[in-house]
Amino acid sequence: MKITDEDIDKLKQIAKEVRKSIIEEVYDAKSGHPGGALSCTDILVSLYFSQMNIDPKKPDDENRDRLILSKGHACAALYATLAHRGYLDKELLKTFRKLGSKLQGHPDKNKLPGIDMSSGSLGQGLSISNGMAMSSKLDSRGFRVYCIVGDGEIQEGQFWEAAMTSSHYKLDNLCVIIDKNKLQIDGRTSEVMNIDPLDKKMESFGFEVLEIDGNNIDEIITAIQKSKTIKNKPTAIIANTIKGKGVSFMEDLVQWHGKAPNEEEYEKAIKELI
Amino acid sequence: MDIENKKATRESYGEALVMLGEENNDIVVLDADLSTATKSDKFKKKFPERFFDMGISEQDMLGTAAGMATCGKIPFASTFAVFAAGRSYDQIRNSICYPNLNVKICGSHAGVTVGEDGATHQMLEDISIMKALPNMTIFSVSDDIQTKWAVRKASEIKTPVYIRTCRAKTPIIYDENESFEIGKAKVFGDGTDATVFATGVTVSESLMAKEELEKQGINIRVVDIFSIKPIDKETIIKCAKETKKLISVEDHNIIGGIGSSISDVLTENYPQKLYKMGINDRFGESGTSSELMKKFKITKDDIIEKVLGE
Repeated sequence: MKITDEDIDKLKQIAKEVRKSIIEEVYDAKSGHPGGALSCTDILVSLYFSQMNIDPKKPDDENRDRLILSKGHACAALYATLAHRGYLDKELLKTFRKLGSKLQGHPDKNKLPGIDMSSGSLGQGLSISNGMAMSSKLDSRGFRVYCIVGDGEIQEGQFWEAAMTSSHYKLDNLCVIIDKNKLQIDGRTSEVMNIDPLDKKMESFGFEVLEIDGNNIDEIITAIQKSKTIKNKPTAIIANTIKGKGVSFMEDLVQWHGKAPNEEEYEKAIKELI
Repeated sequence: MDIENKKATRESYGEALVMLGEENNDIVVLDADLSTATKSDKFKKKFPERFFDMGISEQDMLGTAAGMATCGKIPFASTFAVFAAGRSYDQIRNSICYPNLNVKICGSHAGVTVGEDGATHQMLEDISIMKALPNMTIFSVSDDIQTKWAVRKASEIKTPVYIRTCRAKTPIIYDENESFEIGKAKVFGDGTDATVFATGVTVSESLMAKEELEKQGINIRVVDIFSIKPIDKETIIKCAKETKKLISVEDHNIIGGIGSSISDVLTENYPQKLYKMGINDRFGESGTSSELMKKFKITKDDIIEKVLGE
């Protein structure tokens, strides 16, 4: 489907609203992971509001496209996206990370409709996604699977086991999106444990590799559309993003990986997102 | 019990998979380059399109199985117990048990009875690790008939199941039409001199001990704890009340095995001394299966000695 400039503007506006919700969630919870949530917001919005075959009224539809947020700590972004898309009441976002909430600190598929898989322990999402993509092929259902992983996360060995599997089984219905925000808890990814050259690594593992600005919705959509046309191999989109994107004082700063803003910071952030 | 007619429970596992595969298209089987040893290759030959070799990557295999389960498949993932419960613990915990997915894990080649491969391949703590996971059901099977029941039952319940099988050949204990129930142990005899709780390969050893002791006028009962989680509390308490001595015997570390589970039940309900026979907090070593059973004192003769001892 052709995407117009008007569509892109609309998606940009939604992304801004989702970012505002993320800040509210983390502020209300007094904890959470704003940096990595803000870096993948444009990806989630592009998928749920434009590219995925989903229906918020039928979160369990067997033929729906799947989204696995392997970097589960970024769930404030997923919850906000799902809320804005109509999967859940926006009021629920206020319960994020609180006792008895459906919005757990890391996603729980059995608590919240719309969550395709529980996640949190890093490096496991691509294996899960492969299993889903293989099932889709086995039953000729034709659904596609999108897996968002963090760039720090792929230091886990299981990711590379899974990457072998994706290409061995020619999972062309699978698209892994690497949210490359270049920061992890202990510092710059390049300094903590370098993952580059990532494009060459993914290529050598048998992926069609597309490298984009992961905070540019136009580029995200073009890449996802391209991934749908690739045959006999999986796609990896290397999405170069900025951790904390959209809130000036959080951008590219590792201390916002897992910290909530105080009142003053909260108000400042919200002002930037209106 | 038919002592002459022996069969390894891993063989029975492979045959049971084929039977299930014929009946249910949703059954899929995954292996991590050990299909000829775990015997899942029997399924592979019959249903190649529903068999997935994942290579030597157990963590990926279990994650893949979890993904398949979310799409309505009933995956059986097989590998050696040490690589299933040990190497892939976090995947089982976070990607299978926490989301409570319909994944069946077969840990074959459990215990010192693996034999010559030695300590790295002899899983002695899988029961301990697996039983600590919420949502997990655990079967540890003692013969061909029970294995086939366990595989079928695992496919019927919609939650995670761990099936522990062994490499060594063991006698056929049960009649073909024997019925089993989750959480119900099988009790042999009603002797009151002692109860021997056993699981897997030690069940037949215990039954042989029972027979020999009878000749000496000592009457014991043997309890096959094949359903480790849930465990049959009622039978354990009943045996504690009715028999003079309680013994558990297993091809597993005595820390965290069936002995520990039985102790938990006794402590809360009917405190009684329990003699725990098994591998005493050490690693195994190379040797034949029967040599190792002797070395670690889990044979018929060791059980007899324990029953007769002070």
